[in-house]
Amino acid sequence: MKIRIKFRKYGVLKFIGHLDVMRYFQKALRRAEVDISFSGGFSPHPIMSFAAPLGVGLTSDGEYLDIEVNSTDSSKEMVKRLNAVMVEGMEIISYRKLPDKMKSAMSQVAAADYLLSFREGYEPQNWSEWVEAWERFLAQPSMVVWKKTKKSEQEVDIRPMVYQIGLNGQTIAMRVATGSAQNLKPEFLMEAFYQFAGMEWSSFTFQVHRVETYMEGEDGFVSLEEAGTVIEMD
Amino acid sequence: MRKLALSDEILLTIEKPARYIGNEVNAVMKDKNAVDVSFVMCFPDVYEIGMSHLGIQILYDMFNRREDVYCDRVYSPWTDLDKIMREKDIPLFAVESQEPVKSFDFLGITIQYEMCYTNILQILDLSKIPLLSKDRTEEDPFVIGGGPCTYNPEPIADFFDLFYIGEGETQYYALIDLYKEHKKSGGCRKEFLEKAAELPGIYVPSFYETEYNEDGTIRRFYKTNPHAKDTIVKELVMDMTDTYYPEKPVVPYIKATQDRVVLEIQRGCIRGCRFCQAGMIYRPVRERKLEMLKERARTMLKNTGHEEISLSSLSSSDYSELKELVTFLIDEFKDQKINISLPSLRIDAFSLDVMSKVQDIRKSSLTFAPEAGSQRLRDVINKGLTEEVILNGAGMAFEGGWNRVKLYFMLGLPTETEEDIKGIAELSDKIARRYYEIPKDQRNGKVQIVASSSFFVPKPFTPFQWAKMCTKEEFLDRARIVNHACREQLNHKSIKYNWHEADVTVLEGVLARGDRRIAPVILKAYEKGCLYDAWSETFHNDLWMEAFEECSVDIAFYNNRERDVDEILPWDFIDTGVTKEFLKREWKNAKEEKVTPNCRQRCSGCGVMRFEGGICIENKN
Ligand code: SF4
Repeated sequence: MKIRIKFRKYGVLKFIGHLDVMRYFQKALRRAEVDISFSGGFSPHPIMSFAAPLGVGLTSDGEYLDIEVNSTDSSKEMVKRLNAVMVEGMEIISYRKLPDKMKSAMSQVAAADYLLSFREGYEPQNWSEWVEAWERFLAQPSMVVWKKTKKSEQEVDIRPMVYQIGLNGQTIAMRVATGSAQNLKPEFLMEAFYQFAGMEWSSFTFQVHRVETYMEGEDGFVSLEEAGTVIEMD
Repeated sequence: MRKLALSDEILLTIEKPARYIGNEVNAVMKDKNAVDVSFVMCFPDVYEIGMSHLGIQILYDMFNRREDVYCDRVYSPWTDLDKIMREKDIPLFAVESQEPVKSFDFLGITIQYEMCYTNILQILDLSKIPLLSKDRTEEDPFVIGGGPCTYNPEPIADFFDLFYIGEGETQYYALIDLYKEHKKSGGCRKEFLEKAAELPGIYVPSFYETEYNEDGTIRRFYKTNPHAKDTIVKELVMDMTDTYYPEKPVVPYIKATQDRVVLEIQRGCIRGCRFCQAGMIYRPVRERKLEMLKERARTMLKNTGHEEISLSSLSSSDYSELKELVTFLIDEFKDQKINISLPSLRIDAFSLDVMSKVQDIRKSSLTFAPEAGSQRLRDVINKGLTEEVILNGAGMAFEGGWNRVKLYFMLGLPTETEEDIKGIAELSDKIARRYYEIPKDQRNGKVQIVASSSFFVPKPFTPFQWAKMCTKEEFLDRARIVNHACREQLNHKSIKYNWHEADVTVLEGVLARGDRRIAPVILKAYEKGCLYDAWSETFHNDLWMEAFEECSVDIAFYNNRERDVDEILPWDFIDTGVTKEFLKREWKNAKEEKVTPNCRQRCSGCGVMRFEGGICIENKN
């Protein structure tokens, strides 16, 4: 049986990288006595896969992990059991059953929402100038930047990968392409903007927070959670 | 939300920020200001190593069981953070509370190997605690050392306010109570040390002095404070079952060296190998009861979520209920896909059967530790492993499908001759020959034999404590003889020989065997930038040699002369329970190539029977 787990990662847990988050969950699933299925072979490992790895330094309210189990309790009970073995900085939000033929979370991911806020000491000195440049930047029909891939460096237009973007006070909210087909990191977009505006860029400028991860739905994006159904038991 | 001592910028710049943020699974995290006594436990090496240490997990759990105590943890910042902390003047902090180390009542440092001595100074320095005990004030925590290296605490005596000699489970509560009282009554630092000096196992180095003879040897070691004891008897736990052992060990986020549940099945060793310090200082053997181990295996696996469990002891094969324990572990946890790791098992029919159940034979290797190449020398060191036993064990394993063998040896053992040295290559070859006795169609490809040698350091409290140690050149010459001899063997293509660095061994020798005159050298080496000496990439032998030179300390005096059995040794004031007479007798037996039976065969009267426990008592019953 396939299960999709949604979780939050916050606080100091943002310093734990993706590989360690995987290790963390392997152990957490054991602590919660989840009846997880294992791969075959001499060194069996639990069957689990993550949707979209979150970089070190980022927090998130919408992380996903798919697992396979042999048996399960109700969604409500499992969320409770898992939360009982979490550390501060990890919280299980939902535990849902997926249709058997469902593609993995990883291959479903299509977009994600982010909130970016200025880290202390990196706020713009002149906010109205900043906003003015921002508007000019976004008004461009295309945003061609050099993007490094594993093999080469190539010019790409990142504008089509930005689905929605806006300001809420000094917080930037955006929905961008995420996943294996197309992927735009929010920091990458912001760096392009700082370059466009001739402002000094530091990778520490923003605290980046992922709000939700989406897949393609019938009409528009739906959260990965929607693919699953709540397990009820009495 | 917890506030961290380091900024996001720093944490996102350095390697593995998870080393410094605490908040691990099962971390206790109390309010430091709401307890009577705060203790920060330090392992002076990088986090992944420190988190793997069982002793700290035991004490951490034991301390935190008390509501009036908070025990936090600290590890050596890696060199990247070390540099930043010095530049930005950030004081060292404990990982859970993120509060300055200096703000705790106690800083407890476990000292597991000599090569961490400069890391101890780093911890003090970054914490802004004066490096020398004599310079500390009421503002500073009490710095207390424990662990195997404290059986000769003299080279680092100047850096510590107290040492705890022996196993931590027994006297720490009393020490904490004493401190609580002291805090209430408001006495000064010295008054507390005087009270502490009266507790069993506690050594306050500032209450003692050493006088030296003209030839550099010790004339007199004596106490200068009436509260101090003449000898410090090591502390030990007699009931290993009804004692402290964690049920919820802390689980780090990043992969620690020991990424598994560690089940300590017993302490001590019955074997009495003459080179082995652990085998002497942890006497007598004390086993934990099977029922307790079963119960702990269950709870610890459940509470950590680890996917592996490992038995820990000096010689697991000697545990009297090993079969029952291992069978239980396999039956109980196999379905949960828990790996079972069984280090230090003697190769025999039972262990091969178990190993074939718990490991992939094609990927695992057999391990033997003959320690010496010839039977003669194995008799000298009292290593009761014969060639016959090795060849039989290897033969059985080869027939069962194994084809990799690891062999561990030491070079530079007392009385070692060229023949003994060449024996390493010859034994390796004999094992290879045994493999090729199996018909070609029944064997599993080629055999791979990896022989490794380390260089021998005569450690305090062993029968070899008086022995002369080799110089670097002598060590390397011996390694070259082995290497050459390996190439001359019939099966030389199947044998790989590795040897350790000799520089480190020489230094280990001085640090392990030295007296109080070594402290200035350690200090100087640290000032010159020595740190993480246990790591080959950060070890700077040249700086150490400069430090010896500048302090006019002669390495040869400590390492390269045989000490007279009547010479006062720097560690003589410590009483491990094993008598000096026994060690002398064993030193003589070694020279006469006489084997001493192990404790289970026959008691040889080492002296620890006076603790009235463990094997010494079982034997009598
Ligand atoms: S007193 Fe005898 S039995 Fe006890 S540890 Fe010593 S030699 Fe072994």
